[in-house]
Amino acid sequence: MIADLGIAFGRVAFVMLFVLNLGGLLTWVERKQSAIMQDRIGANRASILGLRLFGLFHPLADAIKMLTKEDFRPARADRFLFGLAPFVSVFFALVAFASIPFGDVLHAGGREIPLQAVTLNVGVLYVFAMLSLGVYGVMMAGWSSGNNFALLGGQRAAALMISAEIAIGASIIGVIMVYGSLDLQAIARAQGQLLWGVLPKWGILTQPLAFVLFLTAGIASTKRIPFDTPEGESEIIGYFVEYSGMKFGMFAMADFLETIVVAGLTTALFLGGWQVPYLAAGGFQFPWGASVALPPLAVTLLQVGSFIVKVVVLIFFLMLIRWTLPRFRYDQAMRLGWLALFPLSIANIVLTGLVLLITRPA
Amino acid sequence: MNFGQRFYLREVLSGLALTAGHFFRNMGRHVAHSLGRRDARGAVTIQYPDERRPLAPRLRSLHRLVRREDGSPRCVACMMCETVCPAHCIYIVADEHPNPEIEKVPQRFDIDLGKCVFCGYCVEACPEDAIRMDTGILEFSSYSRDGMIYTKDTLLALEPAGPDGRPTSPVPIPAGRRP
Repeated sequence: MIADLGIAFGRVAFVMLFVLNLGGLLTWVERKQSAIMQDRIGANRASILGLRLFGLFHPLADAIKMLTKEDFRPARADRFLFGLAPFVSVFFALVAFASIPFGDVLHAGGREIPLQAVTLNVGVLYVFAMLSLGVYGVMMAGWSSGNNFALLGGQRAAALMISAEIAIGASIIGVIMVYGSLDLQAIARAQGQLLWGVLPKWGILTQPLAFVLFLTAGIASTKRIPFDTPEGESEIIGYFVEYSGMKFGMFAMADFLETIVVAGLTTALFLGGWQVPYLAAGGFQFPWGASVALPPLAVTLLQVGSFIVKVVVLIFFLMLIRWTLPRFRYDQAMRLGWLALFPLSIANIVLTGLVLLITRPA
Repeated sequence: MNFGQRFYLREVLSGLALTAGHFFRNMGRHVAHSLGRRDARGAVTIQYPDERRPLAPRLRSLHRLVRREDGSPRCVACMMCETVCPAHCIYIVADEHPNPEIEKVPQRFDIDLGKCVFCGYCVEACPEDAIRMDTGILEFSSYSRDGMIYTKDTLLALEPAGPDGRPTSPVPIPAGRRP
């Protein structure tokens, strides 16, 4: 009983600490990576006793700055909703990661421990539900601020979220058709099979069009450049115009957390989740006959490590996109969502159905 | 836009290739630099004020008054610089020089750097080579207008910049500057 509770707590704590720490670290990654991409050095001045460590203390300094700033609330703002909005944003971004598996089921001490915070047989739907609920915080912030620009930002966030969410939902139906499950753990496990006996059957190989559509719509749902119309720094400043201090910091944090969730979900659906190519439960089994036996613990560690590496590489890629592309205008973002992503993802469903029908073993 | 560009994805990929190329090239140089290759630079940043850009030898920086061997100003208060100054930022009061060989000496020589446009006409107009703009000092600022007025004693104490263009005298703080 106590052991079960402890295991459940450990699973949740691992996911929470992973997401929260990575989210804090992303503020540093964003500044440093953009700097190196632009031939600059980036933040490196914050120091503890002369120790600078490539500017790694800047997230700490930022947190201290945010916490000690004045927490201002406009006189015409709705007192309750104005305070609630940033918490709603961060909360749904945090809990969305819960059903993403970071490893196969671990057999230890006669127990079966699934390496994900929550085992849900509708994990995909749960993550989407949480991701789309996150926009409620943004809309709340926009409406309750008593500021027309903030209201515009909240409005745009809602429009962007609807256009992106439909494309996300439609684009992963192909994945669900191929792997035949809504459980993220089952989808990740199914991606361990081999395609034509050689290639790992990852989603990016079986559903390449869906991968591009999902990633595009996923970037849109994080509200970051190039889809930062809700923020629109150069025109309306956005839904958090009236926020200051740590409440503003929480909105910034929510964007990073959503980036991690999108990266984790893309990994689980398209990059094989925790799968290492050719690694089965007993060790490596290469298609040309060679095999390396590994103890179960090493296999589990390799799987968790592979998941983390994939997520980090994807986050690098998302940051690369964010610092490469100029932002879409509001109408351009809408046109891309409704006239390109949505029809293409419907076409992908039809195409997947046809291919599955033809290749179905008779 | 041609047909390929209308699809957007191809152009996105070429843009990503460019920025990713910058990232990995600079990252490799940073790593090489930390491994001891001092000539490898991953960024064009000059970390002012820890590092300074080399100054061109002809750069016009803060003025100084050239001294004679006895330490008195070489200036003879001929008012040439005050006359030629387009910004009217030089103010000279002449006085008798004890040496009959020398005509005059400035009793006051004030430059209002808040007005100065750093055109260098005063240096060119000076018949005695008594004012130069070669100190290499660029950082002078003040919270008040009075603090921008540099007097004779301050300007006399300044030294020319070293061969590397770095200032050799500290940034002067005018007497009576309010914080």
